[in-house]
This record gives sequence, C-alpha cells and structure tokens, in this order.
Amino acid sequence: MLITQLKSKDTIESLAKAKTVIINCHGCKEVYFPEHEAAELQKELVENGNISEIITTDYICNPEHQALQLKKHMAKIDSADTVLVFSCGVGVQTTAQSLADKRVYAGCDTYPLPGFQGVTPLEFDCGQCGECYLNYTGGICPITACSKSLVNGQCGGSKNGKCEVDKDMECGWERIYRKLEALNKLDTLGYPAKIRDFNHPDAD
Amino acid sequence: MRVTELFQRGEFVITAEVGPPKGFHVGHLMEEANNYLKGRVTAVNVTDNQSSVMRLGSLATCKALLDEGLTPICQLTCRDRNRMALQTEVLSAAMFGIENLLLLTGDHTSLGDNPQSKPVFDLDSVSLIHAVKKLEEGEDLGGNKLVGDPPKFAKGAVVSACSDSVDVQLAKMEAKVRAGAEYFQTQAVFQPEMFIKFMEKAKGFGVPVMLGVIIPKSARMASYMNANVAGINVPQEILDELNKDPEKTKAGITGVEIAARIVKECKAYCQGLHIMALGWESKVPDLLAQAGM
Ligand code: SF4
Ligand code: SF4
Repeated sequence: MLITQLKSKDTIESLAKAKTVIINCHGCKEVYFPEHEAAELQKELVENGNISEIITTDYICNPEHQALQLKKHMAKIDSADTVLVFSCGVGVQTTAQSLADKRVYAGCDTYPLPGFQGVTPLEFDCGQCGECYLNYTGGICPITACSKSLVNGQCGGSKNGKCEVDKDMECGWERIYRKLEALNKLDTLGYPAKIRDFNHPDAD
Repeated sequence: MRVTELFQRGEFVITAEVGPPKGFHVGHLMEEANNYLKGRVTAVNVTDNQSSVMRLGSLATCKALLDEGLTPICQLTCRDRNRMALQTEVLSAAMFGIENLLLLTGDHTSLGDNPQSKPVFDLDSVSLIHAVKKLEEGEDLGGNKLVGDPPKFAKGAVVSACSDSVDVQLAKMEAKVRAGAEYFQTQAVFQPEMFIKFMEKAKGFGVPVMLGVIIPKSARMASYMNANVAGINVPQEILDELNKDPEKTKAGITGVEIAARIVKECKAYCQGLHIMALGWESKVPDLLAQAGM
C-alpha cells in the first residue's frame, strides 16, 4: 500500500506557471490519494489561470489504459506546455514516457505504507522515496533507474551509456540527461546538492 | 599543507596514488612511498577500498604516511558508510592533521570481493562535498553545531575527462563545483585531444584540474580497461605500441614513454598531474623525468 501526499503549494504553483493540463489518478485501492486537498488546491490554480484542463481518471500506470483515457483530451494536452500529474510515482513515470515531448511534473510525493504493495506494472518502478524527484529528472525515477539511487547526477561508472552494475542496463542518469536534453530543460539539473530523507513520516 | 594553497600560488601540483594492502602491514607501502614518491610528488592519494575490494583503511594509511613526513590525500567514498560515519571520518581526519580530501561516490559493492555487502550510498559525491563544507562552517548535516573551531580541508573530486558521455560528466562536475569542490583529479587519460577539448569546457568552472595518468603495463591490461573501466579508452596506436616490443613493455619502458608523452601534450592545459601507478610506484621517478617535471 502506498500513500501519496501533495507537494507544497509553492512547489506546485511554480510547476504550473506555464499552460498546464492536470491529470489526477484516483485509480487503485492500493494508493491513498488526498482527493479533497488536491481538489481545493487545483481550484486555486484554476483561479490563477494557466490550467487548460483537469482530467480525473484511474490506472494511469497502465500505458494502454492511459492512452485510451487521454485520447479525447489530446488536443488540450498537445497545446499545453506542462502536464502536472497527481498520482503515485509510477503513474508520473508512465505519463512522462507516453507524453515524451511534454514537461511532465509530479504534484505528489509517494511514501510506503506497510503491507502489500499492489501491482507494480511493466517496467516502471517507484521506490516510494517520499520526496519525488521526477520533476528534476525528466520524469525518470533516479531511485529505481539508477543502481545506486543517486540523486545528484551520474557516477563515474557508466560506460557506453550502460550501468557499471549491469552492462545490459541503461544508465539511469544517462537516460535522465538525454531526456532533459531533448526537452531543452538541462537547466533543471542546476539544483543545489540534494540529500535524501530516510526519516519518513510515520505512515500510521 | 592543503593542495589548494599551492594552486592559489599558481604551482603545478603533482600527486600519486597508493592503494592500502589487503592486510594491516604497511611496511612495503611506506618503503615505496619513501623511495619513489617522497620529494617528487606534492601529495599522495590513499584509495578507499578501491574497486570495492576490502582493504586496510584510507584514514589509517594516511596517518601512517603523515608520520613519515608525506602529505596524504584521504579518499572517501559513499559506498560503505552512511552520513554519520562519513562525517565522523572527516572529523577524525581533521584530528590527525589530514587536510586534503578526495570525495567520491564509489564503485558499487557488487563489483568487488565482498559482493554480498549492503551498498550504502546514503550520500553521493555531491552531497558528501556539501557535508564537508557544512562541517567547515561549524555544523553537521543535521544542523547541529560542532564544538570548538571547525576543520578546514582542500576538498577534491574526480571527473572522467574522456568519458563517452562527457557532457553528462561535465554536468556532474558542475554540481560538484556548486557544492564546494576546490580541485579535480581526472580518470586516466589516453586521448590528449579529448582531454584538451574537455578542458575547454571545464576551465569555465574556474577550478584547478589535475590530469590523471596510468602507466600502461601491457596491451592486455589496456584492452581490459577498454572493455571494463568506465571513462578509459586506450586508442589502437597505443595498443600497437605496447605490443611491438614485449620485453621493453614488460620492463615498463614503453608504458613510461606513453604516459610521459601524454603528460607533455596535456600539461599546458591543466593545473596539475595525478599519477595512478597501480603498483608501479618505482616507475614514477622515470615518468616525471621524461615528462620534464
Ligand atoms: S522519485 Fe522515484 S521513488 Fe521517489 S516518489 Fe518519485 S517515482 Fe517514487
Ligand atoms: S552507472 Fe548510471 S545507473 Fe549505474 S550507478 Fe552509475 S549513475 Fe547509476
């Protein structure tokens, strides 16, 4: 079971500065989603302008299902600069891959709750780190895509774009860098040293 | 003495690397350091469980070198210790009078000789540099005040100048500079033209860079590095050169010639030289002489 928590209002406002489509995932019973708080906050965002559409759907972690759900909204999505996703980390990653040329941002942080984790679909994985980094990393999770879960960039071990731990695995930071390069967003890597927080709030 | 003071004076700084033994007897290491490095290099790097192979500690070896009158650079990786242990190690270094650090992420545990170990990576090179900077400001990462005067170090870091993804490496280098890195040592360079191109970009960061060199021991070793070591690419001409006269190569003469040539081609573009002798400490004097140092 996972729990998602909204990022701070300041963070979310700064992410929704350009023309934005919001996607809410009220999908599965495995994820607790803060529906009420999200609705309140999104109402304010709408009042500030810039939000061209709010889509509320489910199971966006399943790429085929997601494509179907988003089909009728594609015109709005195409004309937006940013897609802001309120879901668990897997949902954001799936969206970042299917809308590869969009700046896809996460509105939530994902924490673990003890118990069964639910169905983690296909190739995406969320380590429930509690401080979702996807907004800095082009929607590719550095916790699960990098063998050392590095959050400040590539280590010295990558060779020919592969990870030092497994020559068959793409280096996660190579993927992150190339994705940001393609989005013309390499400047997002200019953040001060990030330090992980292993002191998760008590999820009870 | 901090190496940063020498860079500030515009000196070309030379360092060499030694690896602690698998065991606790440092006699041989000290002998090599005394015979071949003392008086020839400014400071001696001591690796920290290099290649994830468990060995004698970097800090203890640094202290032994310091007692012998050499200036040690203590390498510290994030693989084996969480942030508490890392900060402790940094304070312990300060207490021993060790003033030079080289801060790295470290190779993954699965590559070494205790592959069952838990890989830690609580911090990484960038956040470790940040942590040391905070200690220098009198505070730990948790925001708690240190008692007494804070320590002061020369904070070094590494970069792969000839990486096949040099732009990704430059981005990481920039993050290290932002966090407080004050000098860089590069992974071994075998392609001077790539290094010079790298320096064109790296010099913009305004931080001294030391050219990394390895004395190649054989064509086999070079091919091994090509296949397995990130950031190293030994060109075919050098492989041919190593293959040409096996006796000369075995004696180390070819390797020293190659390394000296690389130093000569690159030295005008950088601020120092870092020699990774990998057990061939005895060849360092020859290398320095041939490179005109
Ligand atoms: S960064 Fe990765 S592990 Fe952390 S919440 Fe986001 S998707 Fe999950
Ligand atoms: S090679 Fe890439 S994926 Fe592997 S540990 Fe280093 S940065 Fe992470």
